[in-house]
Amino acid sequence: MQMLAILKRCGVFVVIVWLAASLNFFLPKLSGQDPVRTKLLQQAQLGGYVQQGIDEMVKIYEVRFGLDRPLWQQYLSYLGDVVRGDFNFSIANYPRTVWDMISESIPWTVGLLGMTTLLSFVIGTILGALLAWPRAPRWMAWLMPPLWALHAIPFFLLGLILMYLLAFQVQWLPIFGGYSMGAVPSLSIAFVLDIIRHATLPALSIILVAVGGWALSMRGMMVTTMGEDYVVFAEGKGLKSLTIFSRYCLRNAILPQITALALALGQILSGAVLVEVIFGYPGIGTLLFQAIRENDHFLIQGIVFTVIVSLGLATLILDLVYPLLDPRISYRRT
Amino acid sequence: MTGLLRYLRRNLSLVVGSSLLLFLVAFIVIGHFIVDVEDARALSVRPLQPPSWRYPFGTDRQGRDLLAVMVAGTPLTLQIGFIAGILGVAIGTVLAFVAAYYRGWADTIIRGIADIGLTVPGLLVLIIIAVGIRGGLSVNQMALVVASLAWLNPTRTIRAQVLSLRERGYVEIARMSGMSGPAIIVLELMPNLLPYLAATLVNAVSSAILASIGLEVLGLGPIDAPTLGMTLYWVNFNAAMINGWWWWWLAPTVIIVLVFLGLFFVTVGLDEYANPRLRRSA
Repeated sequence: MQMLAILKRCGVFVVIVWLAASLNFFLPKLSGQDPVRTKLLQQAQLGGYVQQGIDEMVKIYEVRFGLDRPLWQQYLSYLGDVVRGDFNFSIANYPRTVWDMISESIPWTVGLLGMTTLLSFVIGTILGALLAWPRAPRWMAWLMPPLWALHAIPFFLLGLILMYLLAFQVQWLPIFGGYSMGAVPSLSIAFVLDIIRHATLPALSIILVAVGGWALSMRGMMVTTMGEDYVVFAEGKGLKSLTIFSRYCLRNAILPQITALALALGQILSGAVLVEVIFGYPGIGTLLFQAIRENDHFLIQGIVFTVIVSLGLATLILDLVYPLLDPRISYRRT
Repeated sequence: MTGLLRYLRRNLSLVVGSSLLLFLVAFIVIGHFIVDVEDARALSVRPLQPPSWRYPFGTDRQGRDLLAVMVAGTPLTLQIGFIAGILGVAIGTVLAFVAAYYRGWADTIIRGIADIGLTVPGLLVLIIIAVGIRGGLSVNQMALVVASLAWLNPTRTIRAQVLSLRERGYVEIARMSGMSGPAIIVLELMPNLLPYLAATLVNAVSSAILASIGLEVLGLGPIDAPTLGMTLYWVNFNAAMINGWWWWWLAPTVIIVLVFLGLFFVTVGLDEYANPRLRRSA
C-alpha cells in the first residue's frame, strides 16, 4: 500500500513535467505566430527589399526544421527533446544553448532562495510560536502590527524602499548586481564576502516580508494546539514550561507549516523573480527578464520549464519526507 | 446602525482596511477634478521635475505628470484586479460546488487540477501566456490573462468550506425532504458561505493585482496604459533609482502599498466576520 501511494505521488510529478512541456509546446502555436516567416521577413528588411521567393524559402526552412510534419509528430519529437534536456539554442545569444545559460544562473537563484526561504521559515515559525505563548515577553506583542503590514507588501516593493534607504542614501550596501564590477570570480574569502554583501539587500527584502506570513500561520496553529487536552495534562503534571513549549506545543504545531511550505514555494519564487530584476541579481529572474526583452522564445520556454520542474521536484521531496516527520500521517492510511 | 458601529469597534481590521480603500477612492475621484488626466500621457509636461506646487508628485522622464498618472492609473490597476478576481471567484465557486457537493470523478479531476496548479509558480505560466499573445495587450485583456489562473485558489478554499458545510444537519434535512441538488446549493449552502466568499474575493483581487503588477514590471503589460505596474516598469527601465529621481518611484510605491494593506486588512476583517471562532484567538 505504501509503495502504491509513493508511486502515485511520483505519478503526479510526471504529470506536472508533462503539463509544463505541453504548455510550452501548444501555447505559442495557439497564438498563431509564424516564427520562420517573421525571422525571414526581418532578414529581408535588413537587406532592404523583400525578395520574390520568400514563400518558397519559408517552405524550405519549415521542411528543414520539421515544421511540415503533422502536429502530433512534432509534439512527440519535442517531448523527446525535453526528456533529454535539450532546450535548443538561445535566439538572442546564438550559439549559446539555452541550457548553458540557465545552468549558469541557477546557482545564484538557488543560493538566494534557499537561504531566504530557510531563514524566514525558521525565524517566522519561532516568532509565531512565541507570539502565541502567554509567558513570552510583553514587548513581543508590539511586533505583530509591523509584521502584518510588511506581509501584505510585495517583495520587490520593499526591495525598492530598502534599496533607496540602505544603498542610495547611506550607501552601506551595493545597489546592483551579484558581485562588484571587475571582481574576478574565485573561491577567495574576499570574493565570497563580496557576494554576500550584494545578496544582503535582495535577501532582506524577501525575508522581512515572508517572516510575517510564517509567524501569522504558526501563531494560529499554536493557539489551537495549546487548547489540546494533552497540553493541559502536561501542565497539570507540573512539567517545565520550556518542555511544554518546545516538545508538546511547538513540535505538533509545526507540521501544517511544512505542508504550507510546499505550497508556498511557487509564490516565493514568483516574487523572487521580480526582486532579482529590481536588483539586477544574476539569477534566473534577471535572465528571464532579458529573454523577454530580447524576445528569446526558446530561452523563456526553457526557463519556465526548468523552474516548474525543479519546484515540482522540491514539493515531491517535501511530500515524501512529511510522513517521516509526522507518524500520524502515513501513506498506509490514505 | 448602532449595532453596526458596535460591531466595527470590535473588528478594527475591517475599519482600517476599508478606510484605506475609501481614502484611495477619494484620491481618485477628487484627483479627476483637480488634474487633467490627459497629462498622464508622455510628452505632456516638462520632464523630470521634482515635486513642486505645480506638480505635487513630480514628472517623469517621458514628460508625464505623475499625479495625473496616479489618478488615471490607480483605477486601471484596480480594474484589472477586480475583473480577474471576480471571474476567478465565480469560476472557482461553481467548480468548488460541483466538486464538493457531488464528489465522485468530478471532484477527483477538479481537486487534482487545482492542487497541481497551485504548486506551479503562477507568474511563470502567466508569462508564457502573455508572451504568446504579445503585441499590445489592453487593460481588459490583461485582466483575462491574470484571470486564467485566478480561479485555482478560490476553488481549493471554497471546496474545503463546502465539504464541511454539506454534512451539517440542515443540509441533511433539506436533502431528506426531497430538495434537489442545485436548490440545496443555492438556497441552503450559498447564504451561509456569503461572508466567506467575500473574504475569498478580496483575497483573489489582491493576488490578481500582484500578478498583474508582476507581469507589468517584466514589460509584458499594456505598454501605453499608465497603470501602477507600468509606471514601475518605466522606473526600472530608466534606472530612476540610481539617477536619484526618487519621486518617480515613490508615488506608485506608496499607492501600491496602500492598495495591498487596505485589501489585506479587509480580508482579515471579513475572515473574522465569516469565522467567529477565530475571535477567541485574535
